[in-house]
Amino acid sequence: MERVLGDKRAILILLGPALLVYSLIMLVPIIWSLGYTVLDGNPIVGFTFNGFDNFIKFFQDPAAWSAIWFTVRFAVVMTVLQVGAGFGLSLLYVFWLKRSSSAIRTIIFFPIVLPTVAVALLFQRLFEAAPTTGPVNSFLNLLGIDSVDWFGTPAASFWILLLMGLWQSMGFYGVLLYAGLLDIPEEMLESARLDGAGGWKLIRTIVLPLSLPVLLSSLIFSINGTLKVFDSVVALTNGGPGNATTPLTVYMFQTSFTYGQYGYGSTIALMLTILCLIFTIFIFRSTRRDVTKS
Amino acid sequence: MITAVKSRRRRFVPLVAVFGAGALLLTACGPAGGGSGAASGTFTYLGQTENTTIIGTLNALAKDQCAAEEKAAPLTADKSAGPQFDQKLQLLAGQDALSNMSMAAGTPSLMQQFIDADQVVDLSAELDKLGVADKILPAAESTIKALYGEDTLYSLPTEFNIEGFWYNKAILADNGIEAPATWDDLVEAAATLDGAGVQPFSAAGKDGWPITRLVGDYIARDLGPDALRAVADGDAKLTDPEYVKAADAVAALGEAGYFGEAIGSIDYNAAINEFLTGKSAFFYMGSWALANFNDEAQNTIGADNIGFAPFPDVEGGKGSIDQVPANVGVPVMFAQKDFGDDQAAWLKCIVSNYGDAVLNESGVVSGFALDNPPADLPETTQIVQQQIQDAPSSILWFEALFTSKGTSVSQTNGGGLASGSISGADFMKLVQAANDEG
Repeated sequence: MERVLGDKRAILILLGPALLVYSLIMLVPIIWSLGYTVLDGNPIVGFTFNGFDNFIKFFQDPAAWSAIWFTVRFAVVMTVLQVGAGFGLSLLYVFWLKRSSSAIRTIIFFPIVLPTVAVALLFQRLFEAAPTTGPVNSFLNLLGIDSVDWFGTPAASFWILLLMGLWQSMGFYGVLLYAGLLDIPEEMLESARLDGAGGWKLIRTIVLPLSLPVLLSSLIFSINGTLKVFDSVVALTNGGPGNATTPLTVYMFQTSFTYGQYGYGSTIALMLTILCLIFTIFIFRSTRRDVTKS
Repeated sequence: MITAVKSRRRRFVPLVAVFGAGALLLTACGPAGGGSGAASGTFTYLGQTENTTIIGTLNALAKDQCAAEEKAAPLTADKSAGPQFDQKLQLLAGQDALSNMSMAAGTPSLMQQFIDADQVVDLSAELDKLGVADKILPAAESTIKALYGEDTLYSLPTEFNIEGFWYNKAILADNGIEAPATWDDLVEAAATLDGAGVQPFSAAGKDGWPITRLVGDYIARDLGPDALRAVADGDAKLTDPEYVKAADAVAALGEAGYFGEAIGSIDYNAAINEFLTGKSAFFYMGSWALANFNDEAQNTIGADNIGFAPFPDVEGGKGSIDQVPANVGVPVMFAQKDFGDDQAAWLKCIVSNYGDAVLNESGVVSGFALDNPPADLPETTQIVQQQIQDAPSSILWFEALFTSKGTSVSQTNGGGLASGSISGADFMKLVQAANDEG
């Protein structure tokens, strides 16, 4: 084996095709897209060099800022909710349900298997106000409250998006963190219990520090996933009402393929990448110290 | 020696494999051959999935009047969903792979890009050459030319629509209201109906455009038919007070709740359904909705119970009630690439026969001249034909001269005007900013 892996040609044969495929469908478009950031136009009218105009435009574009604000707000709230609910679920599995948790785990995990479009349709029907009244509004009517136009008001749309995302993904984070919690040695928990630690104290002093690496991974997973939210927004609100729920990804898509501004669309994509990087580095930095301490 | 050759050969194997895989991938990335940009010998068509009228008529023509053309170059149709249709056209045009004939871009500014890039056929010249230039109705031709800001024709009017307020005759009569002649009459009628517990208007707030049409029409009535051209030319801004007044007038209807509850969730079909089941009194729409009005399964209020009122005058305004908001629906264009004799033969056959075929089979009024008009047309269709005949001139819709972004921003925020969640001034500010970006 060592002989095979020591042979440069063997390495080339093993890695070459995969590397080529990766380069062609990932690296080339990324570099291509980077090139577009200093161009104006589209394939129909042709491209012209415009220097840093796209970047200047980005910082002066109110729609871009409103998209950034929505993206960050959504990502932060969603990450806290997703990882928080996931951690709560994992504690429930490990300390409460114990060995009988598999059925509950499966049920709560199930929504992530469903296609996002199907889930969005489900939520659209649940919260429908017109032309037919959905179950949520019917329930409100039953209590004597008027129907709410959930998708017609910016704040309500935002919370429904969060609710849908949370319902869909908390099972996944529950399982992810559950796997992390299983790694905590039972003896350590037992000795902590003998020392008098229980309930909240046990979680705070033993479980939380020991599950920090997997929590950190979950946070990075979640923040990157939610910063790049696209399908659930398109399927549920399509960025509306107005542009109240338009994240950077949808704005980028509209700019490139609806408005035909490939250069500016690529600039938005680059900004989104930088935003993801900043958040990831921020999370790494803020948690690294704690990990080394423990 | 033999071993040396063998080992050299072996050295090339991975290279060949790597390049082979690369070549395969590149082929997969290239434009698909089927359905788009096929060479002479077929006649390819790309249309919106939702529109079954054009492809239905083309298929009928292929069997009958255009059988010879069909034999020479069989019709091969492809379709794409309406909301993403412009995107699809952009991508195809970017690869120089447009179908021989396709529905034109919904956004005129995109169509202008195709024209500037020489991607579409100059139909005025081509129809002259084929001797069928007189087959296009002058009114429809001028509408298309105005739409693209060109002196020649770049698309064919498969529809010719007028727009206005359709109303439920019985509801208006029950409430002692006559078809409104001025905007104030309309607002008064809406207040009366609302007071009587009847929803005054139904509109597709989710789609936005049925609301912004009202803004555009108000501007045309108040400031004259060229007011939006002045905005496109940069001589005026939508944020000027006289333009904001139009958006405010529509927003006032929304604030009063005249469009019904949760208007932002009502889509096109739901809006038509509301009107045709007697749940509302007025419905602003184009005459393409005649197909729904004439369908007994959908229309429970009866086709005879539907009246038409042109968009009312604005008192003291420079426009006039007989300037009809008109459009050519989704016209069709011909790609320059692969436009040969077979495609020209199809073009001639379509221009010569489409008008009669589509009116006979679907009751749709097109912008083509008629040779054999059917004797018994539904009353609503006759109203439309009469209006087209009587109109001295036509006006375009609100977004007709906007950029792609301006159109999109206008239509995504239009619903907000109807629900009263955005003020007229804010709406105009957003749209003007989008247009300024170009």
